[in-house]
Amino acid sequence: MVPPVLEVDDLNTTYQRRVVLDAIDLSVDGPALVAIVGPNGAGKSTFLKSILGLVPCTGSVRVLGQPIDSVRRRIGYVPQRESVDWDFPVSVGDVALMGTYGRLGWFRRPGAAERRVAQECLSRVGLDGLEDRQIGRLSGGQQQRTFLARALAQQADVYFMDEPMAGVDASTQAVIFDLLDELRDAGKTVFVVHHDLRTVASRFDRVVMLNRRLIAAGPMAEVFTTENLQQTYDSQFVTLDEAIACSATTR
Amino acid sequence: MGLTVWTIVIGTTAAAACSLVGCYLVLRRLSLLGDAISHAVLPGLVAAFLITGRVGGWPAVLGALIVGVLTSVLADIVHRRTGVPEDAGLGVVFTSLFALGVVLLGLADGTDLDPGCVLYGLIELAPLDTAPVFGLEVPRTLLTLVPVLLITIGLFVLFWKEVQLTAFDPAHAVAAGIHAGLIHHAVLALTAGVIVASFEAVGSILVVAMLVVPPVTAGLITRRLHHLMPMAVFFATTAATGGTLLATWWNTSVAGMMAVVAGVQLGCLLAVSSVILGERQSRGERGVSPGR
Amino acid sequence: MLRYNTLIVLLGVGLLGAAAGPIGALAVLRRRALVGDALAHATLPGLCLAFLIIGERSMPALLLGALASGLLGVTVLALLSRYTRIKEDAAIAIVLSVFFGAGLVLSRWIQNHTTTGSKAGLDSYILGKTAGLLLDDVLLLAGLAVLVLVVLLALYKEFQLLIFDRDFARVQGWPVARLDLLLLGLIAVLVVIGLPAVGVILVASLLILPAVAARMWTDRLHRLLVLSGLIGALTGVVGAALSASLPRAPAGAVIVLVAMAFFVVSAVARRLLWG
Repeated sequence: MVPPVLEVDDLNTTYQRRVVLDAIDLSVDGPALVAIVGPNGAGKSTFLKSILGLVPCTGSVRVLGQPIDSVRRRIGYVPQRESVDWDFPVSVGDVALMGTYGRLGWFRRPGAAERRVAQECLSRVGLDGLEDRQIGRLSGGQQQRTFLARALAQQADVYFMDEPMAGVDASTQAVIFDLLDELRDAGKTVFVVHHDLRTVASRFDRVVMLNRRLIAAGPMAEVFTTENLQQTYDSQFVTLDEAIACSATTR
Repeated sequence: MGLTVWTIVIGTTAAAACSLVGCYLVLRRLSLLGDAISHAVLPGLVAAFLITGRVGGWPAVLGALIVGVLTSVLADIVHRRTGVPEDAGLGVVFTSLFALGVVLLGLADGTDLDPGCVLYGLIELAPLDTAPVFGLEVPRTLLTLVPVLLITIGLFVLFWKEVQLTAFDPAHAVAAGIHAGLIHHAVLALTAGVIVASFEAVGSILVVAMLVVPPVTAGLITRRLHHLMPMAVFFATTAATGGTLLATWWNTSVAGMMAVVAGVQLGCLLAVSSVILGERQSRGERGVSPGR
Repeated sequence: MLRYNTLIVLLGVGLLGAAAGPIGALAVLRRRALVGDALAHATLPGLCLAFLIIGERSMPALLLGALASGLLGVTVLALLSRYTRIKEDAAIAIVLSVFFGAGLVLSRWIQNHTTTGSKAGLDSYILGKTAGLLLDDVLLLAGLAVLVLVVLLALYKEFQLLIFDRDFARVQGWPVARLDLLLLGLIAVLVVIGLPAVGVILVASLLILPAVAARMWTDRLHRLLVLSGLIGALTGVVGAALSASLPRAPAGAVIVLVAMAFFVVSAVARRLLWG
């Protein structure tokens, strides 16, 4: 029997003595594109970081049926764009190459094979010819694509992406959605923290609705309902359409 | 009066002035700017010495006011114009200025002014250099230190409202019509003046101890500015007195001992406050648990 | 012309600068520039204690004492900013000034209470002195500098990843906390071996200045490390040579002024060339 891609049992996270995530239980089967939605401050980002062991939390997390530390080679990560210093002296190519470091292990330098992988990944996100550019001289969309290329270079089976669509141009958004489809068709599972409710139903297979605690999770058609949305967004909206329209203006 | 008594008077006056401006620096998270200014004023001091032939005194204080403001302006320029990180920019400016001062000091044929005097302060010798005031032989250092302390107190009293607002919330201060930038630079200039007036007592490195440690210690007890300042002065002056007595007893560096005593004060208060806070916390948790 | 001993000193200080450049570049990028300054000031008490215990000026013992108390200083710094509500900038200033004060107390005590001609020995560690360096000492410093460079070369990829994107490194499974500690250890070793030539007060700027000067010329990390190493080496050689002809000025200050000149020229040149 194939274990679920993600299994979360009684996950609790507190930050400065405030409860950020409260007793999350969740099981997700793959391959699938999974949207994680919820209002600002709902703990979406913290949820990803808790799964990946980046913030202290209690409870059990299993990815591909194993504890996270034994499957790190099979995990890809796209952090929020603001999490790094874009003045850092590295080029687009250098960043993409970082995706291969996990496979390389200690001391070994990336060689021709790794460079080729990084180059292919940059092509897939449409950044050909920008390898040598310093990352601070990119547009916001190009920076996001650089992060995506790095994650692709990890050649992972499960991806976690923290708001990859935040503040990017329309063409980058299109590139990202095409890429997500490609990944799913290749049998991968991708978790995406997402803000734009308009595209959730049309582009994702499953949804996780979060507001400090888990409101609902499951296949899009069953779970993405007005009632659940009202609960997730603290009854700010009366109808599904209204919620979707409102989400378009918040970001 | 005995030499030790004069040493204590000089030490407490310097410590009081430093800790007062230090309160502002610590609240605005400018401790390192205080550190930087204390290093950077050195070339100003040496220049004043080369021109007037005297160590310290009013020319040096005035020169330091300029260099003090210059330090923060230069660090800002290095950070903004060259993209160097803020902390490294500050490091670039103050170490360079300090090195410049040390080299000038070496090149100047000054037997009165040696690096030791500037770095560690010669508070032990300060009471020997006296001038008559109303018939009483008073250490010359006090002729700058006391007025600087009085000016510091006077300015804080006069501009209390403005200082209080800019210390806690510069953005709100601007909204309230206060020129926060002006107050900020005025305090930096004042800091430079206090540092120079005190350097003879505690030296240019240990002045940082008096600027930062007592206000932080006081901050463990209170978070209100009008309590913070007197309490910081209390810790600073007791550290100065205790440091002088211990150093005289063990025949060692007075300025260094003042810094050590200030550090010990902070350590003790941290220990006490963590015990109290720890108890409060566990009591709090016990209070919450039945409800869950 | 150049005496053998002078040549050895020049080479030794040059090698020191060559290691200080790249390690300093990593320290600046990791926002550890002023932590390095606190660490440098915190070495003084250990230096004095080692002297008190050994009773003579033996460089390996002094440097070991300096390393121990420097690391104690950064440990206190980490504890203060982690477990109290004291902000990091205040914590740096506290560690720097209180440790330095304790060092002064000890060094003055040694001067006043021991007779072993100690003053000259310890004072040269405050603002640095290149003239009196012995051959054995220079070999020790150079050996440690090479060791630091070898570790840096071996772990270049890991340090790059750690400093640029810590979370990503963690997700890939790298032990980021231990790598970060190792980097801090390398910074500490470099600060300590810089003490004899540059001194407690200014050694941190030997880390900062070549790095920020090199940053003006490139925005690729590997080139930055090589270039800051070159600038650091030049700074060391030119500084030591200059200070030999300026016996009244402490070597540390002369070396730092040379480094500053490199930075100013680099910053101005960049603005002129690229606007």
